[in-house]
Amino acid sequence: MSNYDTIVIGAGHNGLICAAYLAKKGQRVLVLEAAPAAGGLAMTREFHPGFKASVAHSLNQFSGKIAADLNLKAHGFDSSGQAMPTVALDPDGKHISISDDALQGAGEDDAASYVKYRKAMKTFARALEPFWAKTMPGVGNNSLGELMTFGQLGLRLRMMGKEDMLEFLRVATLPMRDLMDEYFSDKRLQAALSWDGLVGAKLAPRSPNSAVFGLLYRMIGEHQGMHSIPASGISGLVNALQGAATAAGAEVRFDAPVKRVVVDADENGLRASGVELVGGETVTASRVVSSADPQTTFLKLVGARHLEIEFANRIQRLRCEGYVAKLHLALKGAPNIPGLSDANARMIIADQPDALEFAFDDAKYGGYSQNPVMEVLLPSLTDSSLAPAGQHVLSANIMYVPANLKGGWTDEARADLSRRVMDTLEAHIPGLADLVVHAELLTPADLESQFRVTGGHWHHTEFAVDQMLMMRPTYEAGQYATPLPGLYLCGAGSHPGGGLMGGPGHNAAHEILK
Amino acid sequence: MTNEPAMSADPFQGERPRHTHFHERQAALNVREAWSAWNGFRFADYYYDPEYEYFCIRNFCGTYDICPMQKYYISGPDAAAMLDRMVTRDIKKLNVNRVTYCVWCTDEGRIVDDGTIFRISEDTYMLTCGSPSVSWLRKSAIGFDDVTITDMTDEIAGLSLQGPTSYSTLKAMGLEGLETLKPFGIMRFPFNGVELMVSRTGFTGDLGYELWIDPSQALAMWDALYAAGKDFGIHPYGETATDMARLEAGFIMPDMELSESLKTIHFEHDQSPFELNLGWLVDFKKPHFNGRRALLEERERGPKWTLVKLDIPGNKVAEGAIMYDTEDCDNEIGYVTSAMWSPSVKANIALAMIKTPALKGDIWAEIYYQKELRYYRKMALCEVKDKPFWMPARTRQTPPEVYS
Ligand SMILES: Cc1cc2nc3c(=O)[nH]c(=O)nc-3n(C[C@H](O)[C@H](O)[C@H](O)COP(=O)(O)OP(=O)(O)OC[C@H]3O[C@@H](n4cnc5c(N)ncnc54)[C@H](O)[C@@H]3O)c2cc1C
Repeated sequence: MSNYDTIVIGAGHNGLICAAYLAKKGQRVLVLEAAPAAGGLAMTREFHPGFKASVAHSLNQFSGKIAADLNLKAHGFDSSGQAMPTVALDPDGKHISISDDALQGAGEDDAASYVKYRKAMKTFARALEPFWAKTMPGVGNNSLGELMTFGQLGLRLRMMGKEDMLEFLRVATLPMRDLMDEYFSDKRLQAALSWDGLVGAKLAPRSPNSAVFGLLYRMIGEHQGMHSIPASGISGLVNALQGAATAAGAEVRFDAPVKRVVVDADENGLRASGVELVGGETVTASRVVSSADPQTTFLKLVGARHLEIEFANRIQRLRCEGYVAKLHLALKGAPNIPGLSDANARMIIADQPDALEFAFDDAKYGGYSQNPVMEVLLPSLTDSSLAPAGQHVLSANIMYVPANLKGGWTDEARADLSRRVMDTLEAHIPGLADLVVHAELLTPADLESQFRVTGGHWHHTEFAVDQMLMMRPTYEAGQYATPLPGLYLCGAGSHPGGGLMGGPGHNAAHEILK
Repeated sequence: MTNEPAMSADPFQGERPRHTHFHERQAALNVREAWSAWNGFRFADYYYDPEYEYFCIRNFCGTYDICPMQKYYISGPDAAAMLDRMVTRDIKKLNVNRVTYCVWCTDEGRIVDDGTIFRISEDTYMLTCGSPSVSWLRKSAIGFDDVTITDMTDEIAGLSLQGPTSYSTLKAMGLEGLETLKPFGIMRFPFNGVELMVSRTGFTGDLGYELWIDPSQALAMWDALYAAGKDFGIHPYGETATDMARLEAGFIMPDMELSESLKTIHFEHDQSPFELNLGWLVDFKKPHFNGRRALLEERERGPKWTLVKLDIPGNKVAEGAIMYDTEDCDNEIGYVTSAMWSPSVKANIALAMIKTPALKGDIWAEIYYQKELRYYRKMALCEVKDKPFWMPARTRQTPPEVYS
């Protein structure tokens, strides 16, 4: 008999969510995590004595359904935190502050347009919302339930009313730039509002494909796309998920890297029957559910030889190059941002859409920009456990930094990028450099090696039309089950995608239990 | 001086069919200049007369140029495992110096191509097939670290020698010990300082061999073979005679019975092994091979189509015939893929794809034939044959019969 009903590889938020749902239904579940703590890309870790940060630093789309289902409140996660404004940062202090329903610091026309823009986007986001938390039907031979999911999507779109529906179909694959030009004239505002359509993907403002989808996907949280940091911090969410999983009976083991998925072979075919740990220990289970990214799962842990040829080739061709780097600064005091009364905001540094576009152009050819664009947060303003009293942490997502830098991530390249990022920050936050006690730069290559995510990719694999919905990560693995019996996926590489959202873990558990 | 190309340069260089290693000799014998092309090589449809060449295969012996056939070495410690995952047969059972006929399928269990695999040493296999396959082989090798794929098509000269006197011809050429070589076996002989590899294989259903040699000795081998075969009726044969012989033997032909899956556009206009009656090549005892899941499902539900061998009354060749369940053509149930009047069997034979459920009932062929430009139509009630139309005992007899 197997040791467990289910082994979950990885204790990122998706692995924990999947484990919690399965354990709640009475399954014997073991979560194996390579790292010494839970959270994956959302793990809070000390990057300098006394200073902590998590790669994923804010919430904007975490599923309220999951929070309720798993009773995360009882485990210390309070999602009712205040949404932060997004601020288009201006070196001269003429910032534009963007909240749920209004703009401050922008022209009258833009402010009026913003109301219309939010209304349209909220309508579209609401129409799509049910599909992120559902298994997408495969193509061909559909069951009635699956056909109904298709039908429901049609119905949801139709229920928006004819005009909104047609408008949705028109804008769905529009480049961010075109959408912005239709509504706004202020360039800095355009850049800031484009950010959530682009970050984490290989997309610039002028790229068609999935920017609008990406934006709508990020609008499903309780603040409809506005970002927040929970009072208990990102670690509060991760701890609550771990607590919910263990309270339901799941075991979580850390420092337990899985070397390979054990594949049994007999005349009935192949079957995943457990895992072998790097230390040599083998644990058996009726099924293995992996929250590692699809390339890691299929090519490293399972091995292409145990898959079919065309499937393995599709996995190998998945687009997994990360484009976002992370900077963590330990600060000995609170920075002063001229013209900004409350620095507890999500600050975007990109003065115009072309700043994003040109930075992307550099990345496209294997470089990074002279003028990096970034999203900056001071998470210690909300979560005081991140830094010693009176001191602070600055956390920045730097866009368009390619995993595969031409010439490789040498010490010089890292130092040069750090200098450019610091110069840009200093230009917007004068005096910042003097406050820095320690700086940690994580390139996508660092994220790959430290967090075991191929390419250091935000979504584990590109979130784009060809890798979305029932095509995520690719057909035949788009419904969490995989071509290898006994093996399932539950990480960001599965539908709906990455971000601290929980959909993949939730949907995978649902598929396993059905 | 200008930079313009010299007037003598061939503006179509690279476009013209290439010459095979045996071309010089074959060109001299191609009395009819009946050339076509195969994989970019100039290739004979026939040399003198297709029927005559066919009778050489069945009564004496003939040579057929297999240089244009694609040849790949798959080598390294992972070679067997890689091939075993790719093809539907159990490659681990293939011993050194043995050959096996295989098909390989897409993930959906549709045939990519068929071919033969030669195990030429412990860790080296030679795969031969009709169409260039390097991209499929590379895709198939992902996940196997220790395997090397080398295209050997230009590096090996291959010549097929088929027919009842083929053995006697090779003996007369001095191949000592050939009498012990069994069907699908491989032997090696010294020839002019290089190695001549001989396999007892072929595509005619008759006694026959395939000769594999370094291109430097291709013409010398040809000359030695033709000198030895002079009294055994040796003659080159082309594509037309091959097609006749293989049809009698019941072998499938690419672009006749088989539409390679990766090149097929219309849904399910490609074929599965079961549809081509090649279920015996599919080894479900193997835990894993490409297409296994889909083929298992197909085995459960039964193939949509089945390739059958038909004996058709009369002498009107059923080429391109559409098949029906009644003489009145009530329901269309299939189509003929290849047909001929078989001189050896003295029968009107065909291969046809029939919708599997219709095999329970009658099979009527609607045959169109011509008499001096005027078309006529007839209906013929066909009989399904289980055995190959032509498979004489000499094909497998070891040692083969000696002619003198
Ligand atoms: C720079 C950056 C910034 C981001 N910022 C935000 C943000 O602010 N807000 C937001 O919502 N999202 C953000 N994201 C996206 C978000 O972090 C991820 O999409 C999300 O964390 C993925 O969660 P997961 O559980 O699917 O996978 P992961 O968090 O990657 O977890 C997978 C886990 O599996 C483990 N694992 C892998 N292989 C093995 C193995 N062989 N054995 C054992 N364990 C293994 C890993 O160690 C890891 O713990 C950001 C991403 C990046 C790259």
